[in-house]
Amino acid sequence: MGASTSAADQAALHEFLMRTGDNCLILGHRLSEWCGHSPVLEEDIALTNTALDLIGQTQLWLGLAGEVEGEGRTADNLAYLRDASEFRNVLLVERSNGDFGRTLMRQFLFDAWHLELLKALQSSSDARIAAIAAKAIKEVSYHLERSADLVVRLGDGTVESRRRMQNALEDLWTYSGELFVTDEADKALASAGVAPTPASLKPNWDAVVQRVLADATLKAPASGYVHRGGKRGVHTEHLGHVLAEMQFLQRAYPNATW
Amino acid sequence: MGALATFPVERVWDWLSAVPDPEIPVISVTDLGIVRDVAWDDDTLVVAVTPTYSGCPATSMINLDIERALRERGVKKLRLERRLSPPWTTDWISREGREKLRAYGIAPPVDGSAADGRIVARIDSLLGAGNLQIACPRCGSAQTEKISQFGSTPCKASYRCRACLEPFDYFKCI
Repeated sequence: MGASTSAADQAALHEFLMRTGDNCLILGHRLSEWCGHSPVLEEDIALTNTALDLIGQTQLWLGLAGEVEGEGRTADNLAYLRDASEFRNVLLVERSNGDFGRTLMRQFLFDAWHLELLKALQSSSDARIAAIAAKAIKEVSYHLERSADLVVRLGDGTVESRRRMQNALEDLWTYSGELFVTDEADKALASAGVAPTPASLKPNWDAVVQRVLADATLKAPASGYVHRGGKRGVHTEHLGHVLAEMQFLQRAYPNATW
Repeated sequence: MGALATFPVERVWDWLSAVPDPEIPVISVTDLGIVRDVAWDDDTLVVAVTPTYSGCPATSMINLDIERALRERGVKKLRLERRLSPPWTTDWISREGREKLRAYGIAPPVDGSAADGRIVARIDSLLGAGNLQIACPRCGSAQTEKISQFGSTPCKASYRCRACLEPFDYFKCI
């Protein structure tokens, strides 16, 4: 980014980095809640490894957000010391885990979007963003392969597993649309070649999701309704519970380290 | 330029080749290919290190180990830099490193087996017969099966040998 970049562009860039970082942070935290509770050891390890990747990516995105902001806030400051209305993650990632099937369905819907986003960001006009995307896409490719594989196995599985996966899909479907909501900040970044518009990611996402759901013998709801708000800081009550747990230590004991 | 305080970079690389990876101590940080550059900036030694996975918890330990090793050798001024680009790939694991992994019981990465994001093209191979001929590091059999895409550290997957029945770690290709 050159010195001539306008304040408005900087604000849009900052917003984008917070959104991208917060999506990774909140989903990573949700997945970490499974630690010690998964149905089998291998899945416990897989869910928490995915959480680890996402939290590692959060450090990169929020670290850059702090740099762009220029007020000396680190990734840790941004994660632990903001209130819910300052978070910019989509509502999908703050949904509670539910059962293993619902966690996997949420992951699949997210991973399929995440991969498309990172593919586009690899050619961002901002070299810092392109570098983070090139790093993260290797990890996210594995996330999507695993979640797609499990959605198919559980969807095209037993009567009980199929029922749970179909319920999960119906519960989460109307929350997936916010991933593609495009606002003024998104348009500003797209015209500067920094990031794609979210709407432009939809066709490829649709293709992957339709293919996997068909293999899984699951049926996507017809509803096109979109629950939205998270991207602009209007959250469901679920986020407050995530933050209460995630931020407690730093709030109660400021600057605690070990 | 404090000539007495500097050492040839070749010697520094030798020292680094003796610094073990904290999670897989049979291989060194140079075997792993994570040390990207060693150079002097005036009288300061600059070592560029790239992370394997973004969230790898060993990253800070690796930096500490590198710093300790170089300080013990008499390096006074040292700067460790994180280099993100180009991103680390298992292609950078040395030939010796691969043999050390195999001898330790970890199947080394197999070229062409990385998740590449072409999910629609790969979904068929993922289902059922998604086995990419990962040879068992114990008995050498190619009759192995994937148990989980993930293993005991971010860089590994869990496999099982159908010939000798032993479970083993596979170092994922990225």
